[in-house]
Amino acid sequence: MRELTYLEAVREAMSQEMRENEDVFILGEDIGVYGGAFGVTRGMIEEFGPERIRNTPISEAAISGTAVGAALTGMRPILELQFSDFITIAMDNMVNQAAKIRYMYGGKGKVPMVLRTPAGSGTGAAAQHSQSLEAWMAHVPGLKVVQPSTAYDAKGLLKAAIDDDNPVIFYEHKLCYKTKSDVPEEPYSIPLGKADIKREGSDATIVATAIMVHKALEAAVELEKDGISVEIIDPRTLVPLDTETIVASVKKTSRLIVVHEAVKRGGFGGEIASMIAESEAFDYLDAPIKRLGGKAVPIPYNPDLEKAAVPSVEDIVSAVKETLNRL
Amino acid sequence: MNQLVNLPAGVKGKDLTALLKQMWLIRYFEEKVDEFFAKGMIHGTTHLAVGQEASAVGSIAVLEARDKITSTHRGHGHCIAKGAEANRMMAELFGRTTGYCKGKGGSMHIADVEQGNLGANGIVGGGFSIAAGAALTSQLKKEGYVVLCFFGDGASNEGSFHEALNLASIWKLPVVFICENNQYGMSGPAKEMMNIEDVAKRAEAYGIPGKVVDGNDILDVMSGVGEAVDRARDGEGPSIVEAKTYRWKGHSKSDAKKYRTREEEQEWRAKDPIAKFRSVLIEEGLLTEESADKLKAEANKEIEDSVEFAKNSPMPTLDDLMEDIYA
Repeated sequence: MRELTYLEAVREAMSQEMRENEDVFILGEDIGVYGGAFGVTRGMIEEFGPERIRNTPISEAAISGTAVGAALTGMRPILELQFSDFITIAMDNMVNQAAKIRYMYGGKGKVPMVLRTPAGSGTGAAAQHSQSLEAWMAHVPGLKVVQPSTAYDAKGLLKAAIDDDNPVIFYEHKLCYKTKSDVPEEPYSIPLGKADIKREGSDATIVATAIMVHKALEAAVELEKDGISVEIIDPRTLVPLDTETIVASVKKTSRLIVVHEAVKRGGFGGEIASMIAESEAFDYLDAPIKRLGGKAVPIPYNPDLEKAAVPSVEDIVSAVKETLNRL
Repeated sequence: MNQLVNLPAGVKGKDLTALLKQMWLIRYFEEKVDEFFAKGMIHGTTHLAVGQEASAVGSIAVLEARDKITSTHRGHGHCIAKGAEANRMMAELFGRTTGYCKGKGGSMHIADVEQGNLGANGIVGGGFSIAAGAALTSQLKKEGYVVLCFFGDGASNEGSFHEALNLASIWKLPVVFICENNQYGMSGPAKEMMNIEDVAKRAEAYGIPGKVVDGNDILDVMSGVGEAVDRARDGEGPSIVEAKTYRWKGHSKSDAKKYRTREEEQEWRAKDPIAKFRSVLIEEGLLTEESADKLKAEANKEIEDSVEFAKNSPMPTLDDLMEDIYA
C-alpha cells in the first residue's frame, strides 16, 4: 500500500469529500495560494477555486460564527484555525453557539461543521502557539473532539467528522504532520468513538493521545527489552470516548498509565483515570493509576525547556516501571 | 389587501392593517409576559420589546418568505413578525413541550429554523457572524435569500460586530444589519458608550451604506430596510440600517431603571409607534376607529388564547433532559 504523511492524509480526506459533496467548503486564514500556515491546503485552491477554498481576513471570531451560520443553513464548512491556541478567539462561537444551538432549539436545526487546527508543542513557537487545550472543548456538551495520531487515522476520522451532523473539533498535532503510514487511496471512514489498540500487550495499559501515541510506542520498544509488555490504546476521539476498549484492556493488564501532552492539571487524563476508577475495571487494578501530562507552565521557547515541559519517552518508561514496581 | 398610493418603495403591496395587528400582537404578548414574570408565573428572565414594535415589524415586512433573520436577547417581537405562532412562543416561556424549543430554550433562544428564524441569542453580538454565514450559504448555493441581522446599540461595541461586518462587506454577502438603537445597553447610555451619535456611521469603515431611520415610524423603517434588502438581493452586499427607538420597560425583569428619568420615558411613550401607525391608517381611510379597535381586540384575544394553550400544554418529562444534544 502507498504511504502518505499525516498532512497529506488530511488534505486528501478534504479533497475527496469536496469532490463528492458540493456543500463542503473550507474557510480560514491564508489557506489559498499560500496553502495554509502548515501547507495542509496547498494546491486545493487550484482545484476547487476561491469560492470553496475561502481565504478569510484575520478574524477567528467571524470565521467561526460564519461557519456556524453556514452549517445551520445547509452547508458543511471546514474551518481551519492556524494554531489551536487561537481557539480562544473563536471560543464564543464554538461553545455558546455551535455546541448549544441544537439543544437550545429543542432538537431543530443542526450544525455540521469541522474546526481543524494544529496543536501542541515541539516547534519552538513558544507559549501562544504551542498549547494543547483539547480538555476545554471535551468539557462542553454538544461538541465532539477528535485527536488523530497517524496518517491512516487522520484520513478516516476526518471523513467521519465532515460527514457528522454535529460540530467537531479536529486537533492535528504539528509533530504528527510529517509522520507516515499506509493510507488507502479510496475514501474510508473511521467511526468517531472507536479507540484503536496501537500495540497489544499484557503487563500494563498505556492510554495515549496524539503525539504521545508515538512516544508510547517508542517506550514500548524500550520496555520490551526488559521483558515488559505494554498495551497501547489511542482513544482517537475524546468525545465520544470509547470507554469499553479502555476498560477491557485495563481488566486484562491490571495497570493503567494515561499520557497526554496537555497540562496534567485539569487535563483529559483525569477523566480517563476517573472513568476507570468508577468502572468494573477498578477491582482488577494491581497498582494506582498513573497520569503523565504537561507541567503546569506556559510552553517555553528554549528547546531544552520546551522538551522538559511535556512527557518524554523516558518519562513513560519510568512510569510503567514504577507501576510494575520494577524501577 | 389594503394599499396606500403615496408610500415609499418597499411598502407598496403590503397588507398594512395586518402589520398593525402584528404590532399589537407583540405589545400584548410582551405585556402579558411582563405580568406573568411579576406574578412569578414564569421563571428565568426576559427582555421585553414594548415600544420597539415598529422596527421589528417594519424590517421583516419587506422580506420575502424565503428570507431569514437572526435575532437578539430582546427577540420576541422579531419572532412574531417572522410569523411565529403566539401559542408556541408562550408555551416556550412556560417551559412546555409544545414550545418552539420544547421548553429547553426559553425567552432568549426562540427559533424556527425551517421558517427562516435562525434564532434569538443570549450572547450580545452573537448573531453577526451567524447571519453572515447564513448569507454565505445563500450566495454559495445561489438561493437568492437575504438575511436580516438584528442587533442593539450595545452590540455594536462588541468585537464580533467589526469582524462580521468586515467579512460581509468584502464578500458582498446578502445580509442587512438592523441596529435597533433603543438608547441603552442594559444601563449604559449609548451616548456614553460610543464616541459617535449614529451606529450607522460605522458603515463607512466597511465601505457600505449606513442609514438612520425613525424606528418608531414603521413606514420609515420599511422604506429604509426595503432599500437595503433590494441592494443585498441584487448582489451589492450588506448595509446597516439604524432604527432609533426606545424600550419602554427596563432591560430585564429586575431593572429599577435608575439610569434614566421618568420624564425621558414619558417623552418616548408619546411617540408610541402603534398609536402613530394606527392614526396614519385611519387618516388614509384604510381603517375606521371601529375596525381599528376590532383589530386590536383580535390581537388581544390571540394572546389570551396563547396563555390558555401554554397552560394546558404538557411539561417535558425528565427523559427529555438528555435528548437533542447531538444530531
